Amino acid sequence: MSTIQSMIAESGYIVIDGAMGTVLFAAGLNQGDPPELWNINHPDRVAAVHQAYLEAGAQVLLTNTFGGSRFRLALHNAQDMVEQANQAAAVILRKVVDQTEKTILVAGDIGPSGEVLAPYGELAFQDAKQGFVEQAAALISGGVDLIWIETMSDLEEVRAAVEGTRQVSQDIPIVATMTFDTHGHTMMGVTPEQAFDTLSSFGVSALGGNCGNGPEEIIEVIKKFHAVDSQMTLVAKANAGIPELVHGKAVYRASPETMADYAIKSYQAGARIIGACCGSTPDHVTAIAGALARRTQA
Amino acid sequence: MSDEIDITKLETPEILELIQDDLYDGLADETVLSVNELLKRDLTPYDVLTKGLVAGMEIVGSDFRDGILFVPEVLMAAKAMKAGMKILRPLLIETGAPQMGTLVIGTVKGDIHDIGKNLVAMMMEGAGFNVINLGINTDVDAFLEAIREHNPDIVGMSAMLTTTMPYMGVVIEALKEQNLRDQVIVLVGGAPLNDAFAEEIGADAYCRDAAVGVETAKKLLAIKRGQPN
Repeated sequence: MSTIQSMIAESGYIVIDGAMGTVLFAAGLNQGDPPELWNINHPDRVAAVHQAYLEAGAQVLLTNTFGGSRFRLALHNAQDMVEQANQAAAVILRKVVDQTEKTILVAGDIGPSGEVLAPYGELAFQDAKQGFVEQAAALISGGVDLIWIETMSDLEEVRAAVEGTRQVSQDIPIVATMTFDTHGHTMMGVTPEQAFDTLSSFGVSALGGNCGNGPEEIIEVIKKFHAVDSQMTLVAKANAGIPELVHGKAVYRASPETMADYAIKSYQAGARIIGACCGSTPDHVTAIAGALARRTQA
Repeated sequence: MSDEIDITKLETPEILELIQDDLYDGLADETVLSVNELLKRDLTPYDVLTKGLVAGMEIVGSDFRDGILFVPEVLMAAKAMKAGMKILRPLLIETGAPQMGTLVIGTVKGDIHDIGKNLVAMMMEGAGFNVINLGINTDVDAFLEAIREHNPDIVGMSAMLTTTMPYMGVVIEALKEQNLRDQVIVLVGGAPLNDAFAEEIGADAYCRDAAVGVETAKKLLAIKRGQPN
């Protein structure tokens, strides 16, 4: 049994952390600047976010590397920083986690390239894969326990990321989630059922949905996954609603109470790894962890 | 499918219908064949554009809006459209065909997301617009320079992040200061936006997706030009 499965066997579920970018912007990251470079320039501030999520009750924490591939960093002329930024991110998070006695997993976060793969777009599969090899290698050398591939919309890109990771390590656990924000499909038209078939064929430890238009959307996706095969470990990681701009500031409407309610509904729908995405804060994760603890004790 | 069809034997309306099917299926070579065949007949380049390519892309657009088609199909259709436009563009200029309009579009400063914005650019080209795509991370000066150079009917701005969307308001303020605001229709789009935000910053409209963008552009342009629908 893998660590993920044994953690679920122990408590019935795993709480994952919430947004990194949202909290870093609140901590002074300038608009448009890549959060990943703070792993190098402000490791203390990144560590503080991890620490807050740890105290909120998260048992899986994601490295600050969502946009850490060369494709994303190149847009900031930082494509040469892939190794340094990703390795530093893993080291920062590992150090935070090592200070607690609890079993906490360090997940190396890999987000989409932001480009469209051929034949629809310009990015060749092999180039995409090579970019993910580079990112996964840096994360793994920094000491992550698993690789967490998320916010994907194209199955081929997930394949590139999985194969890229496998080229670096044959046995590190992989979790993969996609974003079903377009008429119940991903942006690229993938249904939850298609995602389930393909992702499970990659041998992932868990699969699921993240980001998107808010909690309700993810719960529907989880139900569809669960209907395909109730044995698969499912991940729900919803945004804290859709942001609205109030007096020039982004406000996410979903309160911690709303996210607690979403956590219970996700659990009931079959999700066992539950957390939050954009717009969430440690307060939301505290509410999620509290609600799940009360629910499963009852 | 269409390699079994000898298009020279088809009636003109049948070829126009075929172009629409080929665009829908993202078949660039077939689209080019049909465009060339139609040009040999009594159709003007403008007719081939509006009755063939634009009509076809309208179907693609509405099926995209309704969740029947997704990004891959739209990208393939846009590629087929582009292949057809490559033949038509010089002929349209040569024949002095009416211009649909010009769009200057960019993802605003600080924001590096371009898939949605490019989709809008492609769909607008598909609707016959002349599109100047400024790319990502576009600042006020780049917008102003492009507006002065290309004299567009429409300015489109995109943002994916809550932290970058306020910059759209900065661009609109600059347009006002430079007395350019009344010359252009300003359309905004991107995941975190909504109607209220568009209104707050003084844009003319928020467009939920690329298909809505094209519809809104056409509608507002017709109103601006004093043409009833």
